[in-house]
Amino acid sequence: MTELIIKNGLVYDPLNRINGEKMDICIRDGKIVEAVKDKANVVDASGMVVMPGGIDIHSHIAGGEVDSARLLRPEDHVKDVEVKTALTRSGVGYSLPSTFTTGYRYSKMGYTTVMNPSMAPLQARHTHEELSDTPMIDKATYPLLGDWWFSLEHIRDGLIKENAAHIAWMLKATRGYAIKLVNPGGLEAWGFGRNVHSIDDPVPNFGITPREIIRGLCKVNTLLNLPHTIHLHTNNLGQPGNYVTALESMKCVEDLAREDRPVMHITHIQFCAFKGENWGNLSSGAEEISNYINNHSHVTLDMGQVVFSDTTTLTADGPFQYGLYHLTGNKWVNHDVETETSGGIVPFTYKRSSAVHATQWSIALEIALLIKDPWKILMTTDHPNGGPFTSYPKIMAWLISKGAREKVLSKINKRARKKSLLPSIDRELSLYELAVVTRAGQAKALGLKQKGHLGVGADADIAVYNINPERTDPAKKFVAARKAFNRAAYTIKSGQIVVKDGEIVKPIFGKTYWVDVKTSMPQDVNDDIKKKFREYWTVEYENYPIREGFLHAPAPVTVKAEV
Amino acid sequence: MITLIPKRVFKFPIEGKNISPDVFAKKSAKQIAALEIWEGNRKVSIGDLFDIKVDSSSSEEATIKIEGNVGTVRNIGAGMSMGQVIVDGDVGMHLGEEMKGGSIIVSGNAGSWAGSQMKDGTIEIKGNAGDYIGAAYRGSTKGMNGGKIIIHGNAGHEVGCFMRKGVIKILGDVGIFAGIHMNNGTIFVQGASQGRAGAQMTNGKIVLAGHSEDVMPTFTIEDIKAKVKVDGEKIEGPFYRFTGDLADNGKGKLYVSKTKNPYLNSYEKYL
Repeated sequence: MTELIIKNGLVYDPLNRINGEKMDICIRDGKIVEAVKDKANVVDASGMVVMPGGIDIHSHIAGGEVDSARLLRPEDHVKDVEVKTALTRSGVGYSLPSTFTTGYRYSKMGYTTVMNPSMAPLQARHTHEELSDTPMIDKATYPLLGDWWFSLEHIRDGLIKENAAHIAWMLKATRGYAIKLVNPGGLEAWGFGRNVHSIDDPVPNFGITPREIIRGLCKVNTLLNLPHTIHLHTNNLGQPGNYVTALESMKCVEDLAREDRPVMHITHIQFCAFKGENWGNLSSGAEEISNYINNHSHVTLDMGQVVFSDTTTLTADGPFQYGLYHLTGNKWVNHDVETETSGGIVPFTYKRSSAVHATQWSIALEIALLIKDPWKILMTTDHPNGGPFTSYPKIMAWLISKGAREKVLSKINKRARKKSLLPSIDRELSLYELAVVTRAGQAKALGLKQKGHLGVGADADIAVYNINPERTDPAKKFVAARKAFNRAAYTIKSGQIVVKDGEIVKPIFGKTYWVDVKTSMPQDVNDDIKKKFREYWTVEYENYPIREGFLHAPAPVTVKAEV
Repeated sequence: MITLIPKRVFKFPIEGKNISPDVFAKKSAKQIAALEIWEGNRKVSIGDLFDIKVDSSSSEEATIKIEGNVGTVRNIGAGMSMGQVIVDGDVGMHLGEEMKGGSIIVSGNAGSWAGSQMKDGTIEIKGNAGDYIGAAYRGSTKGMNGGKIIIHGNAGHEVGCFMRKGVIKILGDVGIFAGIHMNNGTIFVQGASQGRAGAQMTNGKIVLAGHSEDVMPTFTIEDIKAKVKVDGEKIEGPFYRFTGDLADNGKGKLYVSKTKNPYLNSYEKYL
């Protein structure tokens, strides 16, 4: 029995409405408890901020695409090398860090849970192998099901309940956590060199539209009682004028909302909030998007913030990446995962001097600041698409300080600066709101009940930052705040001190969450599906599912479905 | 003048990023000896590997002289911006990588990647050099961006890969794919070329004054020039002048000696 007490910290725990109160946090055996004995180990957090461990709802840290991108970019590795120490392994990678480096770097920033948002079902085995090799953090992964043939067929035939039972099987077979949709219908069309250009474009060979896919899987998600909502990467991503598509995607599930609970998460909203007809007159759709979100509560968003850096874009959205390749002329990878999904990778440099890139930088911040309720917008960069996750401290500084934003604004492209709404926005997130967008809100959106807060019974995943809001205003001293977020004073994972003063002091391994859905309908795969596997997949049905024992430390989340 | 003399024959690769005038400047022999350096997978200090002599009259702009073979030492002079490195012997890979100024003179041979991604300064190699001279790092499209490399002996393959600016002069022979992906700058080869020069070049100038195995079919003949200018110096021809690589819409210029390549006279009917 190991006991720990964090003394005298200023605690920000939004899920329990604790806003900067000086209090002690007691930990026993990896959980937060009421009290501990006097001989418990003490962490002195006086004059420091204590928050739940950081959570990242969307970060590409493992899987087929990430690995192909690593192979594509030796020049990304050479500039960022980590040397082996007595405790940690060596590694490389700026925008595409190797698995161990990924875990260490997240942990050093006080992050304890990271979601890998895109996994072709066929690459699940490889993804879990990489996740098992990612230390320090708890993780989970979302299988790509927006272009899954059997779902498309079920939706075409109106068999929503049957599809729900099938998706329950898929989540178990891939050990997945949520339903991910990427350019629904578009990836199926990409297999034939085409794409869909609105949510009402028909999908070739299936005769249904992206709208029907989104609605169908949204209903499935509700029937299965999954902890997270559907996780949507919209159609037309990265195209000027696409904020209309994003709004239509949100509107199309309005009637499916039950009470006030969200039914949809739109990811990296920045990439689908472009206004204008072409790249020349691109402007921000942040006002329209945030107005809609301020008046509706069935959608949550994450930012997809752009950071000026040399990074790598990688998504399952093959047609989008093909467009990006034409735009940049850079080297690229086009990936076709049999019948399931596509993928594309293009190295990309976001430049301050580019009007488009600078506008993108502005859009994500505008949305984050114009949405009044911080529980609806979460902080991400869509790592590594908008920038590497190691730039989170910079984004936190931009969110809490107008001064930090103005410093960047003064250096960006003039045309973009003129159009930016940021100079007119005075809002600065408080540390309480920052804790919402970086941990509490993320845990709530993900349905991770034991994470994102510091109440009794919660997992003892805690970050302590060396910021003293009683003495200095972090909005004014944003450079110091950024440095503090970059190197957590302490990161506590499962009740153990794993990082001290921004250095790893104890390497550990986290768990991999997956959703075990109990349905009353049989989840058996019928002969028709088995036949299709034989005809169209390179892998036999019998070899397709992943045993639970394959995962390093599986943590099933059991839910009871309505079917 | 700072003199380094290897204490023994090095068996393992050594990561010598710290052997640079920028690092050594204004340091005493003791301070230099204490600088860290990787030998294989072990961290040691420069003093463990070299005897160090520091001339008392050392100026602001440090000169480093290495007496002996350091063929296993990589990254000598990497990123240097001033001063001079003189090597009396062979050097390892990545000599003067990303250097911004100053000069390096090697009396022996150099390994691959000498002057890769360099921005300014000069490198002179009296012996032979390996592959990827003045090239971009693997996967990168940012090759040599200024400065000058002179190789008195032969050079290997893919010289000046993704080169953007500057001059590479090879007085001996060169391997295949000289100037591959070249964006700009000049490559001059006095001796023979193994062919495929300028593949995927978009701009810049390659001068082959000796025999060339071939001229890529994606190059088109323009005219015959009596002489060509390389780095301000006039080289006597005559030369066939080609443009390419047309497969990449390139406007690069490839000059190939007429007298050393009589087999190319079939091109003359297109003039």
